[in-house]
Amino acid sequence: MSTVPNQTEPDHSASARQIDSRHSIGKLFEFACWASTWVSLIVLLVLLASVGYQATGWLSWRFVTSLDGVKVQEAGLLAGLVGSFWLVSITALMSVPLGVGAAIYLEEYAKPTLFTRFIRLNIANLAGVPSIVYGILGFTLFVRMFGLPKATYAVSLGFTTFSLQLPLGRSIIAGAMTLTLLSLPVVIIAAQEALRSVPASVRHASYALGASKWQTIWFQVLPAAIPGILTGVILAMSRAIGESAPIAVLGAATYIGYVPGKFKSLSEVVTQPQKLAAAPFDQFTAVPLQIYNWVNEPKQEYQYVAAAGIVVLLAVLLLLNGSAIFIRQHFQKKIRW
Amino acid sequence: MTSDSTDPAPSAAPAGRMSANTRELGFRLTWGRTREVAIQFGLFLCAVLTTLVTLAIAAVLFVEAVAGPGGSAFFQQVSVVEFLTGTEWTPQYTEKKFGVLPLVCGTLQITVIAALIGLPLGLLSAIYLSEYAAPRTRAIIKPALEILAGIPTVVYGYFALTFITPYVIKPLLQPGAVFKISWLWNIPVDGFNALSGGIVVGLMIVPLISSLSEDVLRAVPRTLREAGYALGSTKFDVCTKIVVPSALSGIFAAFLLAVSRAIGETMAVTIASGQKPTLTLNPLMQIETMTAYIVNVMSGDAAVGTIEYKSLYAVALVLFLVTLFMNWVSQMVLERYREVYQ
Repeated sequence: MSTVPNQTEPDHSASARQIDSRHSIGKLFEFACWASTWVSLIVLLVLLASVGYQATGWLSWRFVTSLDGVKVQEAGLLAGLVGSFWLVSITALMSVPLGVGAAIYLEEYAKPTLFTRFIRLNIANLAGVPSIVYGILGFTLFVRMFGLPKATYAVSLGFTTFSLQLPLGRSIIAGAMTLTLLSLPVVIIAAQEALRSVPASVRHASYALGASKWQTIWFQVLPAAIPGILTGVILAMSRAIGESAPIAVLGAATYIGYVPGKFKSLSEVVTQPQKLAAAPFDQFTAVPLQIYNWVNEPKQEYQYVAAAGIVVLLAVLLLLNGSAIFIRQHFQKKIRW
Repeated sequence: MTSDSTDPAPSAAPAGRMSANTRELGFRLTWGRTREVAIQFGLFLCAVLTTLVTLAIAAVLFVEAVAGPGGSAFFQQVSVVEFLTGTEWTPQYTEKKFGVLPLVCGTLQITVIAALIGLPLGLLSAIYLSEYAAPRTRAIIKPALEILAGIPTVVYGYFALTFITPYVIKPLLQPGAVFKISWLWNIPVDGFNALSGGIVVGLMIVPLISSLSEDVLRAVPRTLREAGYALGSTKFDVCTKIVVPSALSGIFAAFLLAVSRAIGETMAVTIASGQKPTLTLNPLMQIETMTAYIVNVMSGDAAVGTIEYKSLYAVALVLFLVTLFMNWVSQMVLERYREVYQ
């Protein structure tokens, strides 16, 4: 736009060159961003491929359905699978009511006081505490109970009595309580987000019809928030399944020759239900812990066994995450505010 | 609004001469109201439980590490100065030395390597996802990155030990030995090394950084970007001179969270980086991190009450304080950031 004619000519070519170089810098930067995104994804593929490759030949039906043996060829994942199943079921039973309850309080009831703010900040901080610290907490609090002398109490359950040993020792219940503390912040944060996404108009409509606060929450807000909560809970539980550090610290058994409850076959769940009540107090192992122990074995073949275990673990996680995504997609379509 | 808010107005009607109508509006203890209050109290307890967890962690670590009954705590037997400045960590030997520096050094190595890999990768992917990627691409890539975050750490450890060390690090650093060619260079690499552990921890924190940073980048108002374009900036200029600087505090918070995760990372480094406390800056040697030490002693059989067992709590205390501090700063920064843009 220069008004001096004889200055425009050189200026134009110089600025054109400058613009060119700026554009190529831009292109280069875009490429760097694109490439670094793909680097992570490619590493993911390489990881899956290398694990899958190492597991071939070792992953079999027998591997998944038998107890761990002494020899490499007899390695089995059953004790870990059942142990992980028990762990995560009890963890879900405990952490969902507690977590959702805390989230409801924080989102629906809590007034913005200093104490509320402190609780929120504390939850965010707890989510960042290393899992191994939870392991130490669980070990001291549940496994040893600060060195409480051992005692046995008979607890009647109607159909059966079982003996409750305190301190809990290296039992499933101690592990599940530890994992509950660990996953609680994650569940709370997910549930809070789900509750927050329910529009205020739903609550107002409910109040206008004369519902009390709890009726509004129970009959309107919670049902609307359930898909979000469920997704968060499933993700938290799949994290809990993969946790190995706190379980290793709790001192779960490295080798274990029975499944929790000492079931010999699946039919005993029906014929001997008293074993179900005893199962949470048994020693246990878990899938990630078995993998860790196999990795630590000096023998080369155990690496392949570990790979086979990893494939099973990843398959379980994929199933869980897939169902979480399915729930999210399925219900998102249904609810239209 | 709620049944609780049907407050009577006692000043309006003198006591004792309350008409039937006003008494209807007065506070009565009904089953419904009691239930409402009880439920609220129950929910409040759930929320308070989280505070108790923090207190329990602090109490357990304090009692076992700082001041226990009868002088049994770790720091009542080992001086803090010796712990923090000693260069040898040999709790298993007969001559026990408790200098935490080798463990701290191991953790530091892992953290620095992880940060060098995770921070640029994570930030660049965040920029890609928030500024460049088409919505459909983002819809595919974001869940894929989340998969990366969902993989258990024990799997990463396995990957580092059985793939990264033998098939990436060794061929690059000691091709002479690997390919049996005598004139090529040969840098000694341990089977367990800090580098492989650091690399996988770096990959592990990529999704954390990218998703958190993407959130803060997207929160930067569109008007700022458009102002940049109106002044003739290229997309690169807008990204690096406007969007990233305005989101800097949020990105910083994401970095802090990621670094604190790297510090607390346990299984991957226990598997990949070894179990030998070494005071070294060479990332190709076997080391032991603070977290790995805890796992190794606990999955072994340290007798409860021994000084070796107590040392776990001292190490865990350091770990807890460091990560808590970083998380706390990060939360503060994020909160401030949300206030600015929302």
